[in-house]
Amino acid sequence: MRSPLSPEMATQEVPLNETLAHLKTESETLKLKLEEERAKLHDVELHQVAEKVEGLGQFVMKTRRTLKGHGNKVLCMDWCKDKRRIVSSSQDGKVIVWDAFTTNKEHAVTMPCTWVMACAYAPSGCAVACGGLDNKCSVYPLSLDKNENLAAKKKSVAMHTNYLSACSFTNSDMQILTSSGDGTCALWDVESGQLLQSFHGHAADVLCLDLAPSETGNTFVSGGCDKKANVWDMRSGQCIQSFETHESDINSVRYYPSGDAFASGSDDATCRLYDLRADREVAIYSKESIIFGVSSVDFSLSGRLLFGGYNDYTINVWDVLKGTRVSILFGHENRVSTLRVSPDGTAFCTGSWDHTLRIWA
Amino acid sequence: MSNNNASSSLASAKRAVRQLRLEASVRRIKVSQAAADLRQYCLQNASKDPLLMGVPSSDNPFRPPKSCSLF
Repeated sequence: MRSPLSPEMATQEVPLNETLAHLKTESETLKLKLEEERAKLHDVELHQVAEKVEGLGQFVMKTRRTLKGHGNKVLCMDWCKDKRRIVSSSQDGKVIVWDAFTTNKEHAVTMPCTWVMACAYAPSGCAVACGGLDNKCSVYPLSLDKNENLAAKKKSVAMHTNYLSACSFTNSDMQILTSSGDGTCALWDVESGQLLQSFHGHAADVLCLDLAPSETGNTFVSGGCDKKANVWDMRSGQCIQSFETHESDINSVRYYPSGDAFASGSDDATCRLYDLRADREVAIYSKESIIFGVSSVDFSLSGRLLFGGYNDYTINVWDVLKGTRVSILFGHENRVSTLRVSPDGTAFCTGSWDHTLRIWA
Repeated sequence: MSNNNASSSLASAKRAVRQLRLEASVRRIKVSQAAADLRQYCLQNASKDPLLMGVPSSDNPFRPPKSCSLF
């Protein structure tokens, strides 16, 4: 029974409210349907399928190099495709390029901001990108002349309205993908600084991203403070799949080497594996004794091992198929903030709030 | 509630429904098949995984102590 409204108000307000309620109901129905459809295909657990697989023996992994030189917390690092150089960034605004074999510093740049939370090596090895509290992502071409001032050739590429949390070159030096505290991800043309595509859908800060292995096509995954991991189509800007099973911020996401799945690490102290073709979480890597958040995750070359850097200063190594922990590594004297396996899988590098980076093998 | 608030809630509700419809229409395979493929990938590539297999010191550039340069 409609209340007596003026004719004008009747046409504006009543249809609007009805449609809103209808949409909310459809929303709830669709969410339930999504859960049902996913559950129908949940016929087995990953570790059950892996029962007959041979267990992994003891692992001897130690710190083989320690990179000292940052004056404050190391926040991010990335490997060069040449498998020996590394770029790292720190809370004190410094970005350093190292030769991990010799531990020599090859380049150093001081950013105009503190908390450089993101850094990445260009595929060519000729440039690095970085950013943080300046809300930007800047590219620095690396000069062969060690005396040259890198800051002079700096190119500002991305502009967000909040901190830059992660950045990655796509498969060339020409495009960069960024994620930000402003809740969005974006794809940029390096040369012109033009925004090519933006990705909206997270309800809070986006903390991490990872590009799908090139053979799998143009997608990437992002994780955020909204506890969601979203998979995006880079060309259309569309979110094609979304996963919300973590109980807290997702700090790190990394594709499984085949591109068919990805792992995530969260403040809820768990790592999880999501299969993209089954469209659901297929494994949780956790232990009652592990209560500190995971800051970063990465896979070994075959995808059998998952390395997690934790806020309790340790690295836990998980058997991806069986769901069990195979090793725990000690060494850092503060939180592990970043972790990446080298391009040829011979080692992995961790960065920590203890100001150092360590190479493990 | 002003009309502006109402229409932006409506817009975001429409967006949410469109997104959910898209996600609901994704084609899915059974976990048993997905898991089998993950297992197969791991096993097929295990021998090429240095951190998994362990590699003799002579082959892993990081395992020996800092290499000496010979001039």
